[in-house]
Amino acid sequence: MKIAIVNYGMGNLGSVRRAFEDIGAEVCVANHPAAIYDANRIVLPGVGAFTEGMKCLANAGWAPALHEVVIQQGKPLLGICLGMQMLATTGHEGGETKGLGFIPGRVQRLDVIGCKLRIPHVGWNDVNYLKDDVLFDGIPDHSDFYFVHSYAFVPENQEHLIANTSYDCDVAATIRNGNVFGCQFHPEKSSKAGRLLLKNFMDYVPC
Amino acid sequence: MLKIRVIPTLLWKDFGLVKGVSFDSWRRVGPVLPAIRVYNSRDVDELILVDIAASLEGNPPDHDSVSDFSEECAVPFTVGGGITNLEQIVALLHAGADKVAINTTAYSNPNLIETAANRFGAQCVVVSIDAKRYADGRYSCYSHAATIDTAKMPVEWAKEMAARGAGEILLTSIDRDGTMLGYDLELVEQVANAVDIPVIASGGAGSYDHMIEVVKNAGASAVAAASIFHFTEQTPTGAKNAMQAAGIPVRRNFVSSAAK
Repeated sequence: MKIAIVNYGMGNLGSVRRAFEDIGAEVCVANHPAAIYDANRIVLPGVGAFTEGMKCLANAGWAPALHEVVIQQGKPLLGICLGMQMLATTGHEGGETKGLGFIPGRVQRLDVIGCKLRIPHVGWNDVNYLKDDVLFDGIPDHSDFYFVHSYAFVPENQEHLIANTSYDCDVAATIRNGNVFGCQFHPEKSSKAGRLLLKNFMDYVPC
Repeated sequence: MLKIRVIPTLLWKDFGLVKGVSFDSWRRVGPVLPAIRVYNSRDVDELILVDIAASLEGNPPDHDSVSDFSEECAVPFTVGGGITNLEQIVALLHAGADKVAINTTAYSNPNLIETAANRFGAQCVVVSIDAKRYADGRYSCYSHAATIDTAKMPVEWAKEMAARGAGEILLTSIDRDGTMLGYDLELVEQVANAVDIPVIASGGAGSYDHMIEVVKNAGASAVAAASIFHFTEQTPTGAKNAMQAAGIPVRRNFVSSAAK
């Protein structure tokens, strides 16, 4: 099973590659959109700012390639942190920026959605399931995952919300729209729980 | 609920790990890789690795070594020492670092914090502040591995760094470093109260009680420690057990529910 990591110039690429290698996946770091076509799974990693991230995706022609492979061909995609946020319709970080639009919703700063604690939200926080999902097979409800972010995904459609975490207010931890998955936390840095989640993603077979 | 993190700090010099007292009298404590392997196998919350000689000797970060180290690290990995520009941060992130810690260059080029935060996000940029207490009770920030007094006050400097986009402050008391006498509670409290970003307390941990008091009484979001883990029987897991018993939320080690 081959996974392509979208290298759009941002993100902790090394950690993501290590984590997938660790679980036995064949990893390809895609430095160019053409490189994602022969993969079975796509991961869109990310640490960084929404506007900058979308700019990088747009510049190199990633957006149309991702649309073709993920939306038209239906290959499973996992967005991590900023990679999850960029799945949204719009980002609100220094003005409004259009996202990939794979999962309807907007991305807003934590304080805008009601969080009064220290920002960024950094550290291990428990992930609370709102519904069963293949991504969490074998992972008990309320397991800790590692978060580090200042913005959060607010899905338009509650159906797309799989799990929350609580940081003064409810924050989307995992979202899903069909074959498109997003995690606000970093499974690649969430030790054993994270490895299991990545394995579940690799094992998932779209209907 | 967000957990309070317990973070072993690894100080790296030349070919191995070292630990000093007040940034001096360095003792060798062993090779880097096995230490990372052990902490990783024990499922620590996070690791910080600082190349303490880099800024002093003007060396750039050694991303080849960082790449080897990160191979063994399935938890968040912060790397510091000798970072002077964006390209080095890119190289470190590609090598497997998740966050970078910047200290000395923040004083000479505070813009780096801003540009790095804009490019990689605030959460990726940890500003490390080494502070020393004067006889009159005031504090000052030191650069170049605690050798140069910058005459900046930690509270003001932390505020400026947060305003420029730092995601976390790693705050080390130079006086307490390696002494195992306890964190400088006043220093941590002053800085934690002054900024809205998380503050990692560092320097002085000698017992679990020290960790509990810096969280409960000084507002630290995380505790970093080195000597206590290198030179005593105390462990990060032990620290978390003690903290939990004291009512502090900590992360429990993961146990799968799968019968696979």
